[in-house]
Amino acid sequence: MAQTILHKAETRGHANHGWLNSYHSFSFGSYYNPERMNFGALRVLNDDTVDAGMGFGKHPHDNMEIISIPLEGNLEHADSMDNVAVIKNGDIQAMSAGTGIYHSEYNQDKDKRVKFLQIWLYPNKRNVTPRYDQITLNLADRHNKLQQVLSPSADDAGVMIHQDAWFNLGKFDAGVSTSYTIQKPGNGVYVFVLSGEVQVNNQTLQTRDALGIWDTEGFDITATTDAEFLLMDVPMNF
Amino acid sequence: MNNVSEEKVPILVIGRHPEILATVVRLVNNNPAWNATGCITDEEAIHHFDNQPCSLVLLGGGIPPESEQQLSDYFLSRNPQIKIVQHYGGGSGLLAAEIYEALR
Repeated sequence: MAQTILHKAETRGHANHGWLNSYHSFSFGSYYNPERMNFGALRVLNDDTVDAGMGFGKHPHDNMEIISIPLEGNLEHADSMDNVAVIKNGDIQAMSAGTGIYHSEYNQDKDKRVKFLQIWLYPNKRNVTPRYDQITLNLADRHNKLQQVLSPSADDAGVMIHQDAWFNLGKFDAGVSTSYTIQKPGNGVYVFVLSGEVQVNNQTLQTRDALGIWDTEGFDITATTDAEFLLMDVPMNF
Repeated sequence: MNNVSEEKVPILVIGRHPEILATVVRLVNNNPAWNATGCITDEEAIHHFDNQPCSLVLLGGGIPPESEQQLSDYFLSRNPQIKIVQHYGGGSGLLAAEIYEALR
């Protein structure tokens, strides 16, 4: 029988640094909650808003798969592998920190904020060679259907990461349903609602609510209003 | 008036990337209850461990699996109570929670 855990939006950690307003689904920075450490390999889900002209200065990472999904505005990324790129709504960026990288992320707009999801997964192998990947997605491909945006294979749709994880985005009209089959035995799915209201497993989720679901082969998801959501299919043991 | 001062938790951080190691040590030491020392090589780490008290070891990035195993075996053989955790993220927002979890 499926097991679930509900994380309502208002139960997330919150840090307002002035230039950065961040909601943490799991323990991060000064927010520590032993009950909210991770969902399987999913360790970080930060819902960040960065003021115009502000950003994260150069800082290091290692041994994490780091995914950025911009929701609004433009975010400039620069790293120690000489990658410089602007990511915007409709893009997805993945970075394998591996043996270690430095990077910075700035909102280069002078008058518009940036909103983006910063998602970190534990890697399935430590100390890999750092790598960076970014693609622009076709927004029409998620209208009333699931759009795969991340996988463990370079030959599959979306960006590739070093973990047996699959992400899908959906933008559904009210009343539209779909079934989701979990990609790998032992994986679970963390459903995160970006906007609107959906039902999963008889559980109603509203904007920024999340439901973790595991010990099941799949589930149905129904948009009860126009809704956007992200499905993160990740190993529960890794 | 309470004059009891709590001792800092001694933490050994091992990692092969000098800049990231320095960042991790600096961030750990931002917490007044913790006292971190960083070592790049296995030899430095063992020497430090043999000469300074240590409650927690963070195994950072770049350490080969065989070194991690040998270090863990060595530390545990001399202090079965010691906590040894693999550090992920490289001095990031995960660091404090990793340490709190290890010390629970």
